[in-house]
Amino acid sequence: MAQQPVFAPWDDPTQTPLITFQNVTKRFGDFVAIDDLTQHIYEREFFALLGPSGCGKTTMMRMLGGFETPSEGKISISGRDMNKVPPNKRAVNMMFQSYALFPHLSIYENIAFGLRRTDMDKDAIDARVAEMLKLTRLEKFARRKPHQISGGQRQRVALARSLAKAPKLLLLDEPLGALDKKLRQDTQFELMDIQEKTGTTFVIVTHDQEEAMTVASRVAVMDEGRIIQVATPDAIYEAPNSTYVADFIGDVNIIEGKATRKGDKTHIAWAEGQPDIIGSTTRDFSEGQTCHFAIRPEKVAISPDKPDAPNALHGKILDIAYLGNISTYHVELPTGHIIKAQTANTRRLARRSLTWEDDVWVSFTDTAGVLLDR
Amino acid sequence: MRRAALIAVPYFWLLALFLVPFLIVMKISLSDGALAIPPYTPQLDIAEGWNGLKTFLSELDFENFVFLTTDDLYWKAYLSSFKIALISTSLALLIGYPIAYSMARAAPEWRPTLLMLIILPFWTSFLIRVYAWMGILANEGLLNQFLLWTGIISEPLTILNTNTAVYIGIVYTYLPFMILPIYSALEKMDDSLLEAAEDLGCSRTSAFWLVTIPLSKTGIIAGCFLVFIPTLGEFVIPSLLGGSQTLMIGKVLWEEFFNNRDWPVASAVAIILLLILIIPIILFQRNEQKQREMEG
Repeated sequence: MAQQPVFAPWDDPTQTPLITFQNVTKRFGDFVAIDDLTQHIYEREFFALLGPSGCGKTTMMRMLGGFETPSEGKISISGRDMNKVPPNKRAVNMMFQSYALFPHLSIYENIAFGLRRTDMDKDAIDARVAEMLKLTRLEKFARRKPHQISGGQRQRVALARSLAKAPKLLLLDEPLGALDKKLRQDTQFELMDIQEKTGTTFVIVTHDQEEAMTVASRVAVMDEGRIIQVATPDAIYEAPNSTYVADFIGDVNIIEGKATRKGDKTHIAWAEGQPDIIGSTTRDFSEGQTCHFAIRPEKVAISPDKPDAPNALHGKILDIAYLGNISTYHVELPTGHIIKAQTANTRRLARRSLTWEDDVWVSFTDTAGVLLDR
Repeated sequence: MRRAALIAVPYFWLLALFLVPFLIVMKISLSDGALAIPPYTPQLDIAEGWNGLKTFLSELDFENFVFLTTDDLYWKAYLSSFKIALISTSLALLIGYPIAYSMARAAPEWRPTLLMLIILPFWTSFLIRVYAWMGILANEGLLNQFLLWTGIISEPLTILNTNTAVYIGIVYTYLPFMILPIYSALEKMDDSLLEAAEDLGCSRTSAFWLVTIPLSKTGIIAGCFLVFIPTLGEFVIPSLLGGSQTLMIGKVLWEEFFNNRDWPVASAVAIILLLILIIPIILFQRNEQKQREMEG
């Protein structure tokens, strides 16, 4: 079987990045929005900036759009220093969170707005707008005004308008925030589809981790003006570099303890009278160093009898959350720690024998969790 | 039933305060002048019943309106009022738009104060403010004294009792009516629209013409009508600040009523003025409705 070429320009030292942030700092008065940030983004990437509000992700995007200039450092796009280039002179377009559609113009004129600012002739503009309307399936609405169409349609107009000038880089500021969940999921796939078709580099800002994981080729998790980790969605999820990232992305159990190396395994002493947790890591921990053991709930099994597993802990069921496709059990250990364990409800009519106050065992393998030093 | 009662209130208001006075003026305009109190005839005598009404109606005619066409004073006054209203409205727009724009761009915590400053002059009597302008614009007034002191002029300028003084007075008085609707249109505008325009290749200036102006259009139209309509019939400002050559229909109306005591002709002048004003008023209403639809 031939190997599919993997899209990973960030691992290829011969690739030159499209966007470079070089020691960029942005201050608003005393407030540091972006703190000495250095980052590369490559062509054709779908790059997601993820973080809580106020983490600097929007500032980073607005600097790419030219709406803010860095206080220090340099941003370059295709090798060109962008610090003094105004928004209207950049091959960058932005899809605004509020969509920012011009209310006095029809859908057609909204999409044609950017093209009319170039020296493109009328027929070429017509053809390009028609192409955009087709891409976003808006042909029927071309003559309407923005207030005469639905939220989902408006969102597609905003996308069509920002793509019309075929920018090198498209910025998406919380593009799907105003849509309901079902429509949002459909639109996510549509976005990925359009990104692939047009070959444009996308940078998306979002606070929705599921959205970032779905659409992005790489996710940057941000906090207080810094990027904490940049990696592919699966690496961010399975190999977070800190408890902040582990906790921000998805659900996680974190247990603090002291690490001791024993052969190729690491033993974590985490509570008096409890067996050590056995884990494996490539990181170096000195003898007795404080570490955090992070494990995702779906990697924790739950059973009424003691299973044969490297790690098995005894506890009592405190809470059960039935979510349809999965159930999450909150198990309280004698030490007071609460471990979340998830099981998939693969059978419709299975007898769920576990109930509140039951004595159970939670177990996991010695490679299921990660060891973090911070 | 409740709905009917609710609608009845504004309709009653309109009937009592607009339609009834209008019909009275209309009736006077169709009457003849007389040396009597009130100075016109015929009077309706209800005691004479049906026949009285018939003779009353038979004595009404349109000769006052015909008279208006024979003397060129009237149509010249209408035309001159129209010209003065048009120029004043343009001046108020040119001055008012930048003020409204900078108010809407000011920091949000400053806006209520700025708004207050625009409305503040209304706290003083309009008449007193116009008199104050007489003190400023007179030959020995503050403006001339200041200009003489700075040495820009050596002879005092004659401003009072000219059309210039009338323009100054009108623009000053009606400026808030221009500023407020434009401000309210601009203040509602989403800043990201300007960013989007720039993002799509507009310079700051072209973004202003392509986005800001069209989006404040309803405010501009509303402001223009709010200045134009009352200016057309303005009487106080031209009679206090204007000279003998300042011809405005409001002044003619006043003179017909109180100097000539010719109520029927004065009423005919008023009726024509109202008919002229109906067109801009309807256009104004339509603009307001369009704006509501846009927002709805």
